Amino acid sequence: MKRNENKEGIKGMANPGRYGIERVSYWLMRITGLGLLAYFIGHIYETSSILSGKAAWDSMLELTQTTQGHIFLTLVIGMCVFHTANGIRLMFAHGGIGIGKPTRPDYPYLPHSMNMKNKLCIYASIGIAALAMMYGLSVLFGE
Amino acid sequence: MADTQIAEDQSSAETSTSKIVTLRIAKSNPEKDSVTKFESFQVSYERWTTVLDAILDVKKHLDHSVAVRYSCRQATCGSCGMKINGRPRLACFTKISELDSDVVTVEPMSNYPIVRDLVVDLEKMFDTHKEMKPFMVREDTEITPNSRELLQTPEQVEEYIQFANCIKCGLCNSACPTMATDSSFLGPQALAQAYRYVADSRDKGKNERLKIIDDSHGIWRCHFAGSCSQVCPKGVDPAMGIQMLRGYLLGFRK
Repeated sequence: MKRNENKEGIKGMANPGRYGIERVSYWLMRITGLGLLAYFIGHIYETSSILSGKAAWDSMLELTQTTQGHIFLTLVIGMCVFHTANGIRLMFAHGGIGIGKPTRPDYPYLPHSMNMKNKLCIYASIGIAALAMMYGLSVLFGE
Repeated sequence: MADTQIAEDQSSAETSTSKIVTLRIAKSNPEKDSVTKFESFQVSYERWTTVLDAILDVKKHLDHSVAVRYSCRQATCGSCGMKINGRPRLACFTKISELDSDVVTVEPMSNYPIVRDLVVDLEKMFDTHKEMKPFMVREDTEITPNSRELLQTPEQVEEYIQFANCIKCGLCNSACPTMATDSSFLGPQALAQAYRYVADSRDKGKNERLKIIDDSHGIWRCHFAGSCSQVCPKGVDPAMGIQMLRGYLLGFRK
């Protein structure tokens, strides 16, 4: 008989509240990755409309000139900037760079891989994404 | 006489610090049904009372049927892992006073099949642990005639000794977001143990182990959320071990 594995599932994976900023960063990375994938599919659909002539292309472009379109593009800017900045941190970390050195642990056993450098990079990624979104908003709504 | 009086006074002062906490225990028996219900108990505790002490108090005086696994009571055997207020911890290593809550909820660890109440089946974790060949791989041994001790410098020991502290409690696998959705993932416990032996200068099985973990449900499923390291009660830091291990596969480390 197959036993219930008691998996936490998506709910457990998505709950970022219990494990600090690193888990928040993990969650944001997943969400922004999925968001950007959805944007790229939409972008291909948008640009392919040119095949149906100038009128179809113009009407598609008009969608991005609405308030909702501007908010959507601002979110895309935020997702793109956070995913890039945090992705660079992760590329180094995944190679074992910037995560500290193995050592004999001392109580209270603060993990070296969760060091201040990594935390600062996460906060900086969120901050840069927020600034980029504000700049995007000022450009899009300042016309 | 005066000394005795002072001792008694201190004793009564300490007794007066006793507080009451509501202990909510998840009760389930998968052999009967899949329902989990929480039963609440009022338990008195002192500054030093652990969650395991409180559970055993309930078991002794209020509900004998509570199923809990424990042994050493000093964070060495790794038997009493459970979710305490939503986070995987060792019950014997968690004081009620440090939780800073009037209600303490204890549940079985996630990502493991439940045996009953707070007891989970760790068999799969031990299987993946064994898959990592958790022993020295080399042709000769220290006990072969005419062989010498396998000497190491202090620096070589530092490379892996942290990871040798693993007590196989399984908290890391319970906290891991990948384990929450992927049943085939090896898990941080096994991967950290793979690093422990790969980084050991006496071991010659590096390529064998790297081959085992170089799998779509192996090391590449780790996304460095770091939750495994945050819940480890022995300071093992599996997240670091996994990234170091990935460094070997990506060519950053030799």
